[in-house]
Amino acid sequence: MRRPGSLESMAELEIQRAANRGAVARRLVTELRPHQGTLLVALGLVVVSALAQAIGPYLVSRAIDHDIGSGNAEALLRTMLLLLAVYLGGAVASRAQTRRVGAVGQQVLASMRTRLFGQLQALPLSYFDKRPIGDLMSRLLSDVDTLNQFFSQGLTQLLGAMLGLVGVLVAMLALNVRLALACFTLIPAMLLTTWFFAARARKAYRKTRQTVGSVTAELQEELVGVRQAQAFNRTDENIRRFRGRNAANRDANVAAVGVTSAFSPAIDVLATLSTALVIGYGGHLVLQGQLTVGLVAAFLIYAQQFFRPVQLAASTYTLMQSALAGAERIYSILDEPREPADVPDALELGRAQGRITFEKVSFAYDAEHPVLRDVSFEVAPGQTVALVGRTGAGKTTVANLIPRFYDTTEGVVRLDGEDVKRVKRASLRRQMATVIQEPFLFSGTIAENIGYGRPGASREEIEQAARAVHAHEFIAALPKGYDSVLGEGGATLSQGQRQLLAFARAVIAEPRVLILDEATANIDTRTEALIQRALSTLLAGRTSVVIAHRLSTIRSADLILVIDAGRITERGTHEELMARNGLYAELYHRQFREPAAAAR
Amino acid sequence: MEHGRRPQAPPGSARAIWRALGYLGRYKLETAGALVALLLVSAANLAAPQLVRLAIDEGIARNDNATVLQAVGGLVAIALGRGLFNFLQGYLAERVSQGVAFDLRDALFARIQRLSFSYYDQAQTGQLLTRLTNDVEQVRTFVGSGVVQLAASCAMLVGCAVLLLNLNPVLAVVALASVAPILWLLRNFVGKMGPLFGRVQAALGRLNTVLQEDLRGIRVVRAFSGEEREAARYRKINDELLGHNLGIIDAISTNFPFVGFFANLGTLVVVGVGGLLIFRQKLTLGELLAFNSYLGFLLMPLMTLGFIAAQISRAGASALRVFELLDTQVEVADKPGARTLPPIQGRVELRDVRFRYAGSEREILRGVSFVAEPGQLVAILGTTGSGKSTIINLIPRFYDVTGGAVLLDGHDVREVTLSSLRSQIGVVLQDALLFSGTVRENIAYGRPEATQEQIQAAAEAAQAAEFIAGLPQGYDTVVGERGVGLSGGQRQRLAIARALLTDPRLLILDDSTSAVDAGTEAAIQEALDRLMRGTNRTALVIAQRISTVRDADLILVLDEGRVVAQGTHEQLLASSALYNEILGSQLQASTPEAA
Repeated sequence: MRRPGSLESMAELEIQRAANRGAVARRLVTELRPHQGTLLVALGLVVVSALAQAIGPYLVSRAIDHDIGSGNAEALLRTMLLLLAVYLGGAVASRAQTRRVGAVGQQVLASMRTRLFGQLQALPLSYFDKRPIGDLMSRLLSDVDTLNQFFSQGLTQLLGAMLGLVGVLVAMLALNVRLALACFTLIPAMLLTTWFFAARARKAYRKTRQTVGSVTAELQEELVGVRQAQAFNRTDENIRRFRGRNAANRDANVAAVGVTSAFSPAIDVLATLSTALVIGYGGHLVLQGQLTVGLVAAFLIYAQQFFRPVQLAASTYTLMQSALAGAERIYSILDEPREPADVPDALELGRAQGRITFEKVSFAYDAEHPVLRDVSFEVAPGQTVALVGRTGAGKTTVANLIPRFYDTTEGVVRLDGEDVKRVKRASLRRQMATVIQEPFLFSGTIAENIGYGRPGASREEIEQAARAVHAHEFIAALPKGYDSVLGEGGATLSQGQRQLLAFARAVIAEPRVLILDEATANIDTRTEALIQRALSTLLAGRTSVVIAHRLSTIRSADLILVIDAGRITERGTHEELMARNGLYAELYHRQFREPAAAAR
Repeated sequence: MEHGRRPQAPPGSARAIWRALGYLGRYKLETAGALVALLLVSAANLAAPQLVRLAIDEGIARNDNATVLQAVGGLVAIALGRGLFNFLQGYLAERVSQGVAFDLRDALFARIQRLSFSYYDQAQTGQLLTRLTNDVEQVRTFVGSGVVQLAASCAMLVGCAVLLLNLNPVLAVVALASVAPILWLLRNFVGKMGPLFGRVQAALGRLNTVLQEDLRGIRVVRAFSGEEREAARYRKINDELLGHNLGIIDAISTNFPFVGFFANLGTLVVVGVGGLLIFRQKLTLGELLAFNSYLGFLLMPLMTLGFIAAQISRAGASALRVFELLDTQVEVADKPGARTLPPIQGRVELRDVRFRYAGSEREILRGVSFVAEPGQLVAILGTTGSGKSTIINLIPRFYDVTGGAVLLDGHDVREVTLSSLRSQIGVVLQDALLFSGTVRENIAYGRPEATQEQIQAAAEAAQAAEFIAGLPQGYDTVVGERGVGLSGGQRQRLAIARALLTDPRLLILDDSTSAVDAGTEAAIQEALDRLMRGTNRTALVIAQRISTVRDADLILVLDEGRVVAQGTHEQLLASSALYNEILGSQLQASTPEAA
C-alpha cells in the first residue's frame, strides 16, 4: 500500500512520456467539457478551502498576540468563533470539492471504458490478428488504471495542494517578507534532495519490477504446467529454481527500500531545519522588535504546511506524465479505423436461400502476401462444400469472407446473388453460424452458452438443440445439468464436450449457412459419427462450408475444393478427385497409409 | 468467478493474523531493532516541541540569544538522530517483511508443486496466482511495517497523552475531548471502506472477465452478432463499478475533511482555553505553543491507527486465503515408509479398479481389470467420457484409485515413492505444453543433465530435428509464451522428444493428434509409432487411429467405465459391435486399400 506522494509511488511508475503531450492533454481536457459547470463550482470551493487553510494560522497568531497579549477575553472569544467558522467552512468546502472532482474523474473514466469497449466491438478482426490478447488486455487495464490514479489522487490533490501552497506563500510574505524569504531558501535544497533520491529510487525499483515480473511469470507458467512437472518428476528442481527467483526479488526490494528509507529522513531534516530557521531567525527578529512572538508561532505552522505540497507536486508530475502516455495509447485505439459501416442503402436480408457465390475473389492482408488469388465457385442452396488443403493454404480465409469478417481485396462474394458488401452486416451474419476449431465458451451456465446463438431462446429450445447434437446426455449427467457454471474457458469440460456445446450454440441459431472450421478435430471417431448424423439431418435445406483435415468426414460433400497456395487447384466429388490422382488423392493416401510395419 | 468480499472480516482471520505473526520468529533481531528505532524516533518527536518551548519562553521572550541558539542546535541534532533511526526503522522493517514474504511464497510454491491433479481440476490459475502474489503482498505489508507501526503508534499515543496531562491537565482534558470524534470518524470510515473496496475489486474483476472473454471469443461474438449484447453486459458492470467508486469518493470526502476539522478544533480549543488560562496566570505562552505542537503529534498516531485498522482487515482476509492454500492436503503423497520402486520390467496390472472424482457422484471406472506384459503395446479405445484418460492417469498416480489396485511389476503404486515411480514412466499428455526456455531445455525437461547428443538423438527420433534446425537459433531458440511461436504439430513433436529422452520402460500416451494437416500428421504419427513400438517398452496408448490399434498386442474397448471387450484387432472385429462402430468410418476408408 503506497501513499500518494511517497517516493515509492514516484519511483514505481515507469517514466513514460506521451509523444504528443500537448494534443493528448487538450483532448483529455475536452473529456471534461460536459462537466464544466461542476468543475467550476469545485474550483471555487478549492479557493475557499485554500483560503481557510491560509487564514487559520493567521487567526491563531492574532489570538496569541492581540487577544491573549492584551488580556482581552471578549476579543479572544470573537477570534475563536471566527476561527471555528473558518475551520468549519474549510471542511465543508473541502468535502464538497473532493466529492465533485472525484465524481467527475470517475465518470470520465467510466465513459472512456465504455467507449473503449464499444470500439473493440467495432474494430475489424484483422486488428486482433496482429495483437496478442494478453498484450492488449494488460495495455487496456494498466492504461486506464494510470488515468484512474491521476484522476482519483493526482488531480484533486495537486489542485488542492497547489492552491494551498499559494495561500501559504502569500500569507508568509504578507506576514513578514524577510522571514518568508529565509524559509524559501530551503526550497531548492528540497527539490534537489527529491530529485537525487528519485533518480536512485527509480533505478532500484526498475530492478524490483524485473524481479517481481520474473517471479510472477514463473508462477503463472508453473501453475499451468504443474501436471507436466509431476509427470516428469520435476517438482524438486522447480522448487529450487523458484527459490532463486524469489530470493532475488526479496533482495532487490530490500535494496530499493535502502534508498527510499533514507529519503523521508532527509526531507525530515530539511523540515526541521526550516523550523530551526524560523525560531532562530524569527527569534532574532523578535529580539530586534521587528516581529511578534505570535507571528513566529504562525510561521512555525506555515513552515510545516509548505513542505508537503512541494513534495506532492513532484510526485504528481510523474503521475501526470504516465497518465498522458496512457491516454495517448487509449486514444490511439479509439482512433483506429472501425469496420466499414454498412453502405447507406444497404439491403436488409430476409431469410436467405443459401446460395454462395465467389467471383474472382482475391484477398491479401498486405500487398506482399496474397492469401487468396482469383477464387471462384458456387454452392447451391442446401449443398455441402468441403475445403481441403495444407495448413496455411487459405481455407479459413475463404470461410471468413462469407460472414464478412474480412472484406475481399478484389472480386465479389455473394449470398443469394447479393454482394455481401451491399447487405446490412447484422442481417448477413444472422443467416450463418460458425463453429471453429478452438470452441470458445463464456463463463456462465451451459444454458447461457447454448442460448448465445439465439438471445431469448427458451429452455426447451436450448435442450432441443443440445439433443440434436447429442450433448444432452452428458449435460444431464452433470450435477446441475443445464445450470452448471463453466469455469475458466470451460475448464471443467473435455475438449470434445466443449465442441458439442459450440455445435448446440450453432444449431439453435437456425442458420441458413453453417460454417465448420476444423470443428470435429477434437472429437473421437464415434462421437464425430454421431454428430455427423445429427448434422446431416440439421443440414437438410441448409448450405454448409466444411473445413476438415480428417478426410473421412468430408467424403460425402457435394463439392470438394482443394486449395493450394491461395488457388483452387482441384474441384469435384470425392470419387472424381480420387480418380484424378492429384493433391487430394495424395493427402488422402497419406492419412490412411499403412502403419510402418518394420518399426516393430 | 470471484464473489464480493464479505463485509466483515471472515471468522478465523484473527487467528490467521496471529499465525502470520508467527513468521516473525525467524526475524526476531530485525523486528526488535525496527521497534526500538521507531520508539527512538517517537521520543525524538516528543522532545522537539520542548525545545521549541524553551526557545520561545526562555530565549526569545527573555532576549536570550544563547538559549535560542542552543535550542536551534538541539532541534537540528534531534532531526539528525531522528533521520538515522527513521532510516534504520524503515530498512529493518522491510527486511523483515520481505523475509516473511519470501518464506510464505517459498512454502506456497512447494505446496502447489505437490498438490494433486484432483486439486487442479477445481482450481483456477488466476485465483492461485492472486494468492501467491496479491495476498502474500497484503500479509507482507501488515506483518512487516504494520506491526511495528501499530506498536509505535500505541506508545506514541499514550506518551503524548501523558505528556499533555503533565503539561496542563485542564487543557489536556479539553483538547483530548475535542479530538475524540476523530476516533469515531476513523472507525466509521474503516468499517465502510473495507466492504466498499471489496465491492470495487469484485466489480473490477468481473469487468475484466468480460473484457478478456470478449477479446478471446471475438470471432464467436461477431459470428453471432453479439456486439451489442457484449457492450450492454460491459456497460452494466461498468455502471456498477462507477457506483461503487462514487461510494468510495463519498466516504473519503465525508470523512477526511472532518478529520482535519476536528484536528483543527483541537488547536482552537487549546488556544481559546489556553488564552483564558494565561489570563489567570496558569499557563505561559511557550507552554501553550508546546502544548499545541504535542496535540499535533497526538493526531499522527491516530491517523496511523486508522490506516492500520484498514490494513489489518485486508491482511486478515488475505492471510486466511494464504493459509487455506498452505493447509490443503496433498491427496497423493508418499505413504510413511514408502519403498523405492526398483527398476521395473514394465508389467502393468489393473485389478478391479474403481474411480470416482472427488465430490462427484458418478463412478468413472467401474471395475477395470487387465494386464499389460512387459514390451506389449496396449491400445485403449472408447467414446468421449468412457474413462480412457482416467486409466492412464492412475498408473503414474496422478490420482489414487477409489477401489481396487494398480500394480507395477507386482508393486502396488501406492506403496512406492512417487519419485521412483514417476521417474520410470514416460508420459505424453494431450496438450503439448512448452515452457519458456530454449528448445534444448524443453526437450531435456525430464532429464536436465542430458547431453547435446542425447537431445539431438531424441529430436531426430521425434521427427523434430528438421524444423528445429530451421529455427533462428536452432536448439537455443527460446520458445514458449515469450518466445517463438510453434505450431501445434511442432509442439507435439517436442513433447514426444521430451518423453523419448527419458527412455522410460513404461510409456503412457494420448494418441489423439489435434488438428494439423495430413503431412504434419504423418510426421507426428511416425514419431509416435517409433515411441510406442520401441523395443522392450511397455506402451499404454489412448488410440484413435486404426493404424495404431491394428497391431496392438491388446486392445481394450471401454464403455461407461467398464472394459466391454478386449483382444486383438481381428478378434474384436469379429466379436465387438462397439469396436466396429467406433472405428466405423476409418474401417470403410481403409478397407479398399488394405485389401
